[in-house]
Amino acid sequence: MSVAKPLPHDAAHLHVTGQARYVDDIPTPKGTLHLAFGLSTIAAGRITAINLDAVRAAPGVVGVWEAKDLPSDCDCSPSAHDEPMLSGATIHYLGQPIFLVAATSHLAARKAARLGQISYAERDAILTIDEALAADSRFEDGPRIWEKGDAGEAIDTAPRQISGVIEMGGQEHFYLEGQSAMALPQEGGDMVVHASTQHPTEIQHKVAHALHLPMHGVRVETRRMGGGFGGKESQGNALAIACAVVASATGKPAKMRYDRDDDFMITGKRHDFRIAYRVGFDDHGVISGIEFEQYTRCGWAQDLSIPVADRAMLHADNAYHLPHARIESHRLKTNTQSATAFRGFGGPQGMLGIERVMDHIAHDLGMDPVAVRRANYYAAEVAGGQPPAPAAPPRSLSGKMKEQDIASRGSEELVENTGAMEAVARQTTPYGQVVEDFILDQMTDRLLSSCDYDARRVAVADWNGGNSVIKKGLAFSPVKFGISFTLTHLNQAGALVHVYQDGSIHMNHGGTEMGQGLFQKVAQVAADRFGVPLEMVKITATDTGKVPNTSATAASSGSDLNGMAVKAACDTIRDRMANHLASLHQCAARDVVFADGQVSVPGETYSFAKVAQLTYEARISLSATGFYRTPKLSWDRIKGQGRPFLYFAYGAAISEVAVDTLTGEYRILRTDILHDAGSSLNPALDIGQVEGGFVQGAGWLTTEELVWDDSGRLRTHAPSTYKIPACSDRPDVFNVALWDGRNREDTIYRSKAVGEPPFMLGMSVFMALCDAVAACGDGYPALNAPATPERVLAAIERLRDGV
Amino acid sequence: MDITFLLNGESVELRDVSPTATLLDWLRDERGLTGTKEGCNEGDCGACTVMVTDACSARALNACILFLPQLDGCAVRTVEGISAPDGTLHPVQRAMIDYHGSQCGFCTPGFVVSMAVAHLNGDTGHDDALAGNLCRCTGYAPIIRAAEAATSQPAPDWLKDTPPASLGSQIPSGGLRDRQPPSLNAPETLDDLATAYAARPDATLIAGATDVGLWVTKSLRDLDDVIFLNRCTELQQIEETDGSFRIGAGVTMDRVLKAVKDLHPSYAEMIRRYGSAQVRAAATIGGNIANGSPIGDNPPALIAMGATLHLRAGDHSRDMALEKFFIDYGKQDRAKGEFVEAVTIPRHAPGLKVYKLSKRFDQDISAVCGAFNITLSEGTITDARITFGGMAGIPKRASAVEIALIGKPWAEATIRAAMAQMAEDYTPLSDMRASADYRLRTAENMLLRYWHEDQGIASNVLEVSA
Repeated sequence: MSVAKPLPHDAAHLHVTGQARYVDDIPTPKGTLHLAFGLSTIAAGRITAINLDAVRAAPGVVGVWEAKDLPSDCDCSPSAHDEPMLSGATIHYLGQPIFLVAATSHLAARKAARLGQISYAERDAILTIDEALAADSRFEDGPRIWEKGDAGEAIDTAPRQISGVIEMGGQEHFYLEGQSAMALPQEGGDMVVHASTQHPTEIQHKVAHALHLPMHGVRVETRRMGGGFGGKESQGNALAIACAVVASATGKPAKMRYDRDDDFMITGKRHDFRIAYRVGFDDHGVISGIEFEQYTRCGWAQDLSIPVADRAMLHADNAYHLPHARIESHRLKTNTQSATAFRGFGGPQGMLGIERVMDHIAHDLGMDPVAVRRANYYAAEVAGGQPPAPAAPPRSLSGKMKEQDIASRGSEELVENTGAMEAVARQTTPYGQVVEDFILDQMTDRLLSSCDYDARRVAVADWNGGNSVIKKGLAFSPVKFGISFTLTHLNQAGALVHVYQDGSIHMNHGGTEMGQGLFQKVAQVAADRFGVPLEMVKITATDTGKVPNTSATAASSGSDLNGMAVKAACDTIRDRMANHLASLHQCAARDVVFADGQVSVPGETYSFAKVAQLTYEARISLSATGFYRTPKLSWDRIKGQGRPFLYFAYGAAISEVAVDTLTGEYRILRTDILHDAGSSLNPALDIGQVEGGFVQGAGWLTTEELVWDDSGRLRTHAPSTYKIPACSDRPDVFNVALWDGRNREDTIYRSKAVGEPPFMLGMSVFMALCDAVAACGDGYPALNAPATPERVLAAIERLRDGV
Repeated sequence: MDITFLLNGESVELRDVSPTATLLDWLRDERGLTGTKEGCNEGDCGACTVMVTDACSARALNACILFLPQLDGCAVRTVEGISAPDGTLHPVQRAMIDYHGSQCGFCTPGFVVSMAVAHLNGDTGHDDALAGNLCRCTGYAPIIRAAEAATSQPAPDWLKDTPPASLGSQIPSGGLRDRQPPSLNAPETLDDLATAYAARPDATLIAGATDVGLWVTKSLRDLDDVIFLNRCTELQQIEETDGSFRIGAGVTMDRVLKAVKDLHPSYAEMIRRYGSAQVRAAATIGGNIANGSPIGDNPPALIAMGATLHLRAGDHSRDMALEKFFIDYGKQDRAKGEFVEAVTIPRHAPGLKVYKLSKRFDQDISAVCGAFNITLSEGTITDARITFGGMAGIPKRASAVEIALIGKPWAEATIRAAMAQMAEDYTPLSDMRASADYRLRTAENMLLRYWHEDQGIASNVLEVSA
């Protein structure tokens, strides 16, 4: 049995020996052209004159394209068709591509791209939340508002009320492999594209659109990415389109990769947010009503901002029952990079809002923050008490289909949807989904006990009593993260499996590998279905020619969706083999057993290879597709009602920090994590996601600071100025364990998605920093994120000065 | 230029290489060795880490900002040469697989090389050895587990390279047929260097290329004329006397760290954080002074110690107090054709403390770097040399603060009064690293930290545990 084993990543050997091939490592045919974009140096305005003679004359330059030279608008948007690859006259942000250079080398293209002579008529850029609000610059016609009950009344009549605001910054993905793509022109105008992308179908769709080809004229292949984190869901479109345009125009292969600084300047990042809150609660900290106002800078184009902002609203409750809630979301249009998907997809931002509220209530009441959190938890899982799912209405395609990019999370919902289920006490989210699987009570008990929380809480207080300069902080934070694409129709996946005559197995599915170990997990599923050793299963590159119409590998859905699709394909072939053997041996197909590389029928045992051969000789197909669609989902995003998620994944973390109150510098001393991956398909890979997600989440809230200057220029555009966690920034003591439960929903081997949820465990570090700062005075340390040493010191001084 | 080096055990001889061709581009584009990755192209992420062995040691270096001529007479190993020629894995490679140290795998070759170098050198300070390798997937914990697990395994013999003699040194001083004498672009003696630079004062001097490398890879500058310092061993000497160290300008920061570790532990700790292992192994103390950066971390410490700078132009040498070298932002007291030859620091500065403040502890440029050298006698401050980087256009002494200290009793009230003078000395700028207010406040607080440390009050978050 290969499932549930802690096997290494399938490509680990290739990684450590340098043989693993990424797009830029693929040997290029002679004559391959290299591309670079010439970028805008202003944030908003119009081009008044453009002279690219020096670019054309630069050494090695083969061609230069402006918007007017392109075969189409070359739209790169995954949603609103508002992202032409090259700007045209109107400039929307500083760093926007204006022209495209093709040259004989990467360096020649980069050098030439800096030689454009461009004059602008600048206008005032809209850079901040306040500027966007003042100008009413936004996506959608106004704020999205979801309500449950009467929040205002509940707050006003509650025994206590508090309000506040938290600002949280965005985050650069800093995938170690920058964006890259290569296009190889084929006969008859067809195009093969290698792309570092989480969404090959999206690349296929956008390249086909750009070149006026049907999608069958474009094949996209992705073996692996050197990290994605959401940054390669839509942001690779521009490179792939550029390569295809140049390849089509010149008949030569074309390759493009962004230099790291260009990657920072051009591509979108995590959305930054401001969240204002007003909450009413009782003397035990139990919330009766809450109002959130969420403001986010979406940047210049819509991209995936609508579903990101939706998911922020969907996680405004995190693990807490909110009897009356009003959530208002403003999606603001600014002259900055177009913010995009990033691990958690708005969930972390929404969640940080309510976690701040929990801490604020605890501070107001002088209670332990853990007690306040537990007092507001959703009701625990009820064994067997699964409410019936609402019937899904028939789906209809609206007239908007034509311009839509229906394989993208940025497209609009196609149908009106059903209303909420009947509410169950302390189980219903603000959007009407019943939380059926709440296990955080038990997880919290175990974590508090395993990390000795109570004793350490006392020890931290003792330390702080005896130390004037270094203050310690300790904090707990839980995670409840909804699993499924909120655009319901994306919750589908396909697979293609072949068994060859020698019994070796070729496996393909629509998911992409970005380091998360998806391929290994799915291969483990395939090996298990056939009862063969893992080595018999060949993992192959994601390929739009093998599995069509795939969804992005995103929303943590990779193994849930593709694991099930591969299982279905394997089972189809296995059943054919079993039926054939059963007919040969006059036994029932159910008596045919696939295990340990062998196939047994009563009285006889074959090797798997022999059965493959027998099946082939009997002229029975050994190839099958598999398909999966997530059940039970129905969601109306306009009303904010329904069941957007099949289930929730849970986690909990406790972090301890030390803060230097003279400089604001800090260290994570210890972190303990208990995370729910259901019945893990591969505990080693899942723990890897938890450890890595935690550190990335802590980075978001601590040292990773994006700084734009007043002209809209991003000043932190390389690792010299943008600081992701380094080796020594991980917790000194770092204990990670998986919760040993199984998913109550019928997922692949009852596992749970694990890509995004652990990211939010990093909030425990931020809360611990708040706790340490709180030791410096009596007020509430309304720390903003990222909590750089400078922000920490400012919060300390506000407390010390009694502000 | 003509150079020779070993690449994964095989001899390579290159003619007429462009002096600013990087090893990374050459490996990937010319040799098809694509295991070495480009992550940032500026020496900050370590994805391009290679192992370079010269006559002295094996070091991890960033190939993205390493120019080919710097390798003349060295042995280079890329990730492809870390495993044995027959494919046998190096212990760190095996451990990285067993402990799940790779996820997306893109940073992995760089980690593997850094780990192999540390392993070869018996260095078990894993966090420090890997401070220059960024990983975005794993959170580092499994990588450290792998490094620890591999520690007990012996270093494989195949990694022990014997570097060849440099091609330059095999050419007579008058040149050889069509080959230039090395004295022109890679002089081997101080005299040759002085002569060459006097004749071509507009040439760019390149030592470790941790700064100049970015002129090429990021600013895309063409450097028309260059003089490499890596072959000039006279520039790479550390001379110890009873009272001082004379450190050649070409001494790399990893060697400075070793030399001062026992006598100036606070300075050494700053050097540890000043740059990653890869950067410390390339960057030189002379480069960090000569480039005149207001945020270079060495000058504040050296000025606080009262360092003397040794300059040379042609046959002429002159010495000056280091602080006099920095005249204004971008302007140093260095004549055309004059170069930094060495710096002399005292062996004894028991009152020296150096505090580096940055967003991240390791491999980050300072927002503020403060160096305090305070001398006490019978409860009175008899001398104070306090210098900051990041607070002005140059590394600058805090004269008003010093005046407020000298002659006063060693007491908190004295410290507090002196802190108030900081605003007299500095009007710092705001930028993406820190605001002016934060810089000023933390500069003041560093003086308070100095006091606290002297009083035995816990003040260093790096020394606290859960």
